[in-house]
Amino acid sequence: MGYPYSHPSEVSIISKHFGDPDARTLDGWMKNGGYDGLKKALSMSPEEVIEIVKNSGLRGRGGAGFPTGLKWSFMPKDSGKPHYLLCNADESEPGTFKDRELIRWTPHQLIEGCIIGAYAIGAEQVYIYCRGEFFEANQVLGKAVEDAYEAGILGENIFGSGSTIELTVHAGAGAYICGEETGLMNSLEGKRGEPRIKPPFPAAAGVFGLPTTINNVETLSVIPHIVREGSDWYRQWGTEKSPGTKLFCVSGHVERPGNYELPLGFPLRKLIEDVCGGIKDKKNLKAVIPGGSSVPILSKEQVESCLLSYEGVQEAGSMLGCASVIVMDENTDIVHQVTRMASFYAHESCGQCTPCREGTAWVTNILKKMEAGQGKEEDLETLIELTDQMTGTTICVLSDSVAAPVQSSIEHFRGEYQKLLNNGGGYD
Amino acid sequence: MTEHNSTPKDDQYVNLVVDDVSISVEKGTTILEAAKQAGTEVPHYCYHAGLSSPAQCRLCLVEVEGAPKLMPSCTTVVTEGQVVRTDSDVATKMRQGVLEFYLVNHPLDCPICDQSGECDLQDFVFSEGRKHGRSRAAKRVLGRDDFGGDVLFYGDRCVMCTRCVRFMEEVEEKPLLSVVERGNRSVIDTFFDQGLGDAEWAGNIVDICPVGALVSKDFLYKARAWDLEHTPSICPNCSMGCNIDIHTRDNVVQRFKPRENKDVNGHWMCDYGRSRYEWLNEGKRIEEPLSTTSDGGLQTSLNWEEALIGLGEKLKSSGGRLKVIASPLSSNEDVGATVRLIQALGGGEIVFRSATTSKEVPLPGFKGLKRTKYLAPNIEGLKVLGAKYVGDEKGSGGLQAISQHTEIVLVMGDRLEDQTEKFGSEAELLIYLGSHFSEALQEADFIFPINTFAETSGTFTNCDRRVQKFSGSLEGPCEARPAWSVLNDLISIITGSESSQNVADAFNQLSGTSEVFAGTSYSDLMPQGFKLKHDPQMTRD
Repeated sequence: MGYPYSHPSEVSIISKHFGDPDARTLDGWMKNGGYDGLKKALSMSPEEVIEIVKNSGLRGRGGAGFPTGLKWSFMPKDSGKPHYLLCNADESEPGTFKDRELIRWTPHQLIEGCIIGAYAIGAEQVYIYCRGEFFEANQVLGKAVEDAYEAGILGENIFGSGSTIELTVHAGAGAYICGEETGLMNSLEGKRGEPRIKPPFPAAAGVFGLPTTINNVETLSVIPHIVREGSDWYRQWGTEKSPGTKLFCVSGHVERPGNYELPLGFPLRKLIEDVCGGIKDKKNLKAVIPGGSSVPILSKEQVESCLLSYEGVQEAGSMLGCASVIVMDENTDIVHQVTRMASFYAHESCGQCTPCREGTAWVTNILKKMEAGQGKEEDLETLIELTDQMTGTTICVLSDSVAAPVQSSIEHFRGEYQKLLNNGGGYD
Repeated sequence: MTEHNSTPKDDQYVNLVVDDVSISVEKGTTILEAAKQAGTEVPHYCYHAGLSSPAQCRLCLVEVEGAPKLMPSCTTVVTEGQVVRTDSDVATKMRQGVLEFYLVNHPLDCPICDQSGECDLQDFVFSEGRKHGRSRAAKRVLGRDDFGGDVLFYGDRCVMCTRCVRFMEEVEEKPLLSVVERGNRSVIDTFFDQGLGDAEWAGNIVDICPVGALVSKDFLYKARAWDLEHTPSICPNCSMGCNIDIHTRDNVVQRFKPRENKDVNGHWMCDYGRSRYEWLNEGKRIEEPLSTTSDGGLQTSLNWEEALIGLGEKLKSSGGRLKVIASPLSSNEDVGATVRLIQALGGGEIVFRSATTSKEVPLPGFKGLKRTKYLAPNIEGLKVLGAKYVGDEKGSGGLQAISQHTEIVLVMGDRLEDQTEKFGSEAELLIYLGSHFSEALQEADFIFPINTFAETSGTFTNCDRRVQKFSGSLEGPCEARPAWSVLNDLISIITGSESSQNVADAFNQLSGTSEVFAGTSYSDLMPQGFKLKHDPQMTRD
């Protein structure tokens, strides 16, 4: 059930209890079949749990879409070392607000997913790294964890199974880059939130240098349902390559913005026009960012045929990312939007890698000058060249995230940039 | 394709091709190090052989055949059959782009920057950078910050390689530096007012800074890098024997810099050692051989021949026991010649004094490296050759017996600052071989001008019994000579043997003088020096 609006096209699995205050409590959650998935998981071997998740085809909901079961299977067997499960709840991508709702309304769903995940990968400690600005979500989650401990769902001998799993909620301190998985690990260790170079990958040496799996809130939230109902059940929705349902965070110029849980492969156009009630004030569509601010912008033409699955959005020329759909109407100033995004990334760059540290700020600077009517003809080529230099040359993909909207917007809306350039030409 | 290195195939080796050069390198080597072996220097800032590699400067990215994107050569380990291109269009264009990013906020103040001439940013941009940067934005201005100790920080020049932060964290293990802020606002800083005052090895961050962001207060504006001559030497300020380069300009020492020796000091040296070089520039030198009339007072300058024959004849005729006060800066060659002189006369002894400190100052991140308790370079060498350590921790006292010696007293290098003019008045013959005048010895019967260690070649033996070579970096006064050469001449006059004036000969004579040196040769000294064989007779303290 979408929040704050719902729509008949939705398939409500993880969002079923959005808006239902009762489901936040342990009792309410139990009444709705809560922790049945966990009980079932505990009756199976960890390998069997991983197998179910593998067969479900569930792909990571944090943005990269990596198959979750496969990721879990990378964890070493009999390493003799402690394992960790991290839950990435540092949701900060502009346009994204799904994890916050999942934590606010269904904290126990997440806790259940975390325990199952920890059981599957042999971890006795789970950390949920929750964005610091999510005050309410942090409070709700904290309370839920407390209740779960009291009920014997967390801690030693969970449900009498003999398994011990501890869970700690850690609030971030306000850096976007701590949502990058290895940046998150550094931050959790008390270091500067700077992404690490890979290899080593987290499954080999993650947080505290030990084998670690890190999953998104949405990924872990759906795990109890998959384990309870089976992989075939989950595969009835979505496409072959993108099975299941996904929360879509729609924002921008639509009549009914909000979270909607839809089967993957849902047409983007239908999402905007039907589910969200069309463009606000009956205006025309100009562009859509389909997966959060760091993916290429889709033009109106590209939107027409775009299907919202990992492969469908890629075919259309962008990425599904975390499915944060930002809709822009005909009156939107594209250059201004891109400038805002670029300055966000310039502000959030950790500053380790030179192309990102200097590039994000430089790109922002050029865009701001353009907006102020001080652009020069050659600036457009410079922007393309700089963003080329910022793609694939850094430790993490933050600088790629600036490059994507800049390059795609120049490709589709060159005229808007050109207009600014003809508007005086600037001085320096 | 050229065959660069034809090491046989082996489990321990990996074959790869770097820019068309086939090489075989040890397993686990990084591409950057492998390229170096193939003769290609991949430009880099954050990588330093003595530190961990964060792969963040992004300048060392290279093309690896089959890899989806450019790989950081500093952290990518070589694999069998790898084909690496550092000179491809993609790699070159990427480096040019990264270098342009570096200059967005760099002030380009090379004309007033101390690093100019030995600056990696200057060099790399000159060889591969764009002719003109495209940034039109105002540059960030941070100004200058005093980091404490000998270190000044010019934030505007910084390339954020974080070598300094990592040195303090990983090598000195005193994390006194950190990156603060983020993005292009990030800057290296100390913790509030704490600064680097507590550090004892912080001078190294100036050495490893690839640009002019960290500079030495002591060296500030003293000389341009291209005017400096570099001479390999050994730090004279403790017994560790850190390998150094002495940087001189116009025959004046400007600074000491560490020189790599993985067996002794790695890339590092301590602040105490690097800051004590001024005495080498001191004037008031003994310029020529002098003799004093026996009734005291009147000094006559002599030429070397007169002086040596005069003294040699006296020694020959009078004979007698020779007591020597050596200096802990005396080289092995000096001490060896002294031992042979004693043998030629009627026996005797050698003593020496040295200032010490109460505690060692180790560098935790480099095993074995420390500032030792003895604050002089050749303590072990003197001991090995039979000299006796006397006196107190200040390097004074302990000369009671010698001051009353009635036969021959030779003072070599020690200025006897704690003694009066009465010193040696009982001696039949008082000889001073020194570089600088001594109050106590101004009435010595013979005074000979000798070179400091920085003016001549020779060897020191460090606290681990490693014998290491130093070379002359300064010109001494015209008439000054190395002490061993003076002593060899005297021996030749006394015994009628031939006197060699070659330092290699002087070293090789040691193998006849002392058992511990038996079988060693001057030619074995390069490049890392060698350890003396263990002598169970020796007691260490």
